[in-house]
Amino acid sequence: MAKLTFVGGIHPYDGKELSKDKPIQDILPKGELVYPLSQHIGAPAKAIVAKGDRVLAGQKIAESGGFVSAPVYASVSGTVKAIEPRRVVTGDLIMSIVVENDGLYEDVGFYPSAPLEKLSREEIIDIIREAGIVGMGGAGFPTHVKLSPKEPEEIDYCIANCAECEPYLTSDYRRMLEEPEKLIGGLKIILKLFDNARGILAVEDNKPDCISLLRQLTKDEPRISVKALKTKYPQGGERQLIYATTGRKINSTMLPADVGCVVNNVDTVVAIYRAVTEGRPLIERIVTVTGDAVANPRNFRVKIGMSYQEILDEAGGFKTTPEKIICGGPMMGFGMFDLNVPTTKTSTALLGLSKDDVSAMEPGPCINCGRCVEVCPGRVIPSRLADYAEHFDEEAFLANHGMECCECGCCSFICPAKRPLTQEIKSMRKIQLAKRKK
Amino acid sequence: MSELFKVSSNPHIRSKVTTNGIMLAVIIALMPATGFGIYNFGPRALAVIMVTIGSTVLTEFLFGLYRKKMTITDLSAVVTGLLLALNLPVTIPLWMAALGGVFAILVVKMLFGGLGQNFMNPALAARCFLLISFPTAMTAFECDAYTGATPLAALKAGEQVNVMDMVIGRTAGTIGETSVIALIIGACILILLGIIDLRIPGSYIVTFVLFVGLFGGRGFDPAYISAQLAGGGLMLGAFFMATDYVTRPITVKGQYLFGIFLGIMTGIFRLFGPGAEGVSYAIILGNLLVPLIERITKPTAFGYEKGGRHHEK
Repeated sequence: MAKLTFVGGIHPYDGKELSKDKPIQDILPKGELVYPLSQHIGAPAKAIVAKGDRVLAGQKIAESGGFVSAPVYASVSGTVKAIEPRRVVTGDLIMSIVVENDGLYEDVGFYPSAPLEKLSREEIIDIIREAGIVGMGGAGFPTHVKLSPKEPEEIDYCIANCAECEPYLTSDYRRMLEEPEKLIGGLKIILKLFDNARGILAVEDNKPDCISLLRQLTKDEPRISVKALKTKYPQGGERQLIYATTGRKINSTMLPADVGCVVNNVDTVVAIYRAVTEGRPLIERIVTVTGDAVANPRNFRVKIGMSYQEILDEAGGFKTTPEKIICGGPMMGFGMFDLNVPTTKTSTALLGLSKDDVSAMEPGPCINCGRCVEVCPGRVIPSRLADYAEHFDEEAFLANHGMECCECGCCSFICPAKRPLTQEIKSMRKIQLAKRKK
Repeated sequence: MSELFKVSSNPHIRSKVTTNGIMLAVIIALMPATGFGIYNFGPRALAVIMVTIGSTVLTEFLFGLYRKKMTITDLSAVVTGLLLALNLPVTIPLWMAALGGVFAILVVKMLFGGLGQNFMNPALAARCFLLISFPTAMTAFECDAYTGATPLAALKAGEQVNVMDMVIGRTAGTIGETSVIALIIGACILILLGIIDLRIPGSYIVTFVLFVGLFGGRGFDPAYISAQLAGGGLMLGAFFMATDYVTRPITVKGQYLFGIFLGIMTGIFRLFGPGAEGVSYAIILGNLLVPLIERITKPTAFGYEKGGRHHEK
């Protein structure tokens, strides 16, 4: 049987050996914690605490600002020091709640509202919404919205995205190895919401240990299957994952639910499990700190809101001067200009590289080699789209399906002329998306 | 914030493939054919090669000085010069070879914007320019090593040709086109390195075989077909010229269509044209059609396919 995969994609150096054998380690923040009110796609949350208030770990400090929004919880106990705009990873100033950690880690006490069997569909979704769970793979789309499609009975696949195709990242890998029962438990909760659905754990085949472990643990689960995917970036892209596991195709104008699928990342599924069975809101996540410039690459369980600088210190700091620091993976992550910014619900990794490929290579003219076309999972012509974007030819950009770009970065990666194709296409997409909103 | 780190848009890593690397690979892949050409036609072949490469690189250098943008380090001028030499007869006056190099770089490439902007293969355009301007010198294939016509001309005149000699390359012709073995070795290097694939050469050659089989008047006679395949510039053209990135369609379907078009045109030129050759004209004609081919073979974006396995609703 042919391996489950998609057309296009690349095989970059994956760097996972740096941190894949490091067990998840709990770390505690020392200084202040910063909770941006916008850690998700949708309306910002609204602060419900004031300066000077004492808060406990697990206490809601900001409530949902609308249907597509998510509440924010304090991850430590302490005092609200300020509610003010703070810099986040992307460089934007975002209104944030700043909590001075008192070092006591007192929590509110976590209790499940009712045993799982007694919960109705609506109650489960309510718990997930209240727990502030958003897509933790990076996009940050509120999970309760994803789990509330118009016709839930039409959903026939609930996919747990365990591909972890981004180079260097190993947080999902560790999670699958160390807490597989939570992942499976979370998927079972999602399946409870969709009567006609089957569950799929989709894992890239560079993690054979996870595949056999999950297979063994789900052998008595008739509704759940484990699927091994070909190791190729961006196998974990939503559209690519759905195609690889179900053979169904969606474009940028469609949602997974349009083809009967619901896709959630490993960490998100675990967060659902903990919210429903333990009553815990989303206040922790796994962050991989890695890269050849980092002294001791590690996988940390982090209190959300902790600064990147502190996490880096826990990994022994830098052993060589980093040329480039990235929040997330090297393909889709953000370049960071400063480490004194908070981790959020969507922080997957901190990557320190001793060499910056981007500034080391001067872009040259396009020689029309077609490599970008070969690797593009969106099956468009990146070199031409980038050209249209550069000349601001909106009409040609849209006519040639420019909006179908998923910004995976394969074209920029492969380009022998080192052209910033993804960047040019991304900028144009942003402008077009902003125009649509008007 | 005293010290800020570098930022850039994603992705933050790049593959090791570079334009220079690709050019270098093409030069290396042309070495078997170049070496055989020098061995076959003697030291004068080397002189022609040096003159064309010297002329293409110098032209690009001078143009770079004029435009204050030096581009010779990308090695593309060397590739053009080498390809041009391989497409010239060994007896060509050296000044003509040099003129060809100037034409290729200045007129065909730089005036249209330099690397990546030319719409015709510079080496082939220069060869055709020389062929039209100096037909006698360009078709004088008699040299110390060989007297008499090229195998293709002999074939067209109805004479017998020795296919084995053609495969090895011990025949009259341009410097780099005669040895099928040397060209195939070079093509294998490019294919193994992932520089080219078989879409264009494959569809080109298959179409050409079908065409001469159907219209050549000798049916699919193996001796005739293999002589047609091994003769003239077909192998050099199919693997090294038609696959030129800049002047072939970027779309996958377009590449097949391009190859088919070249096969038909080469067949027409060879069978019904006044000369025995047709590859050069077929390819530059094909180059001109590239925008049109790309237009009609625009790929379908992911998730927009008709008849794909969508969710039935």
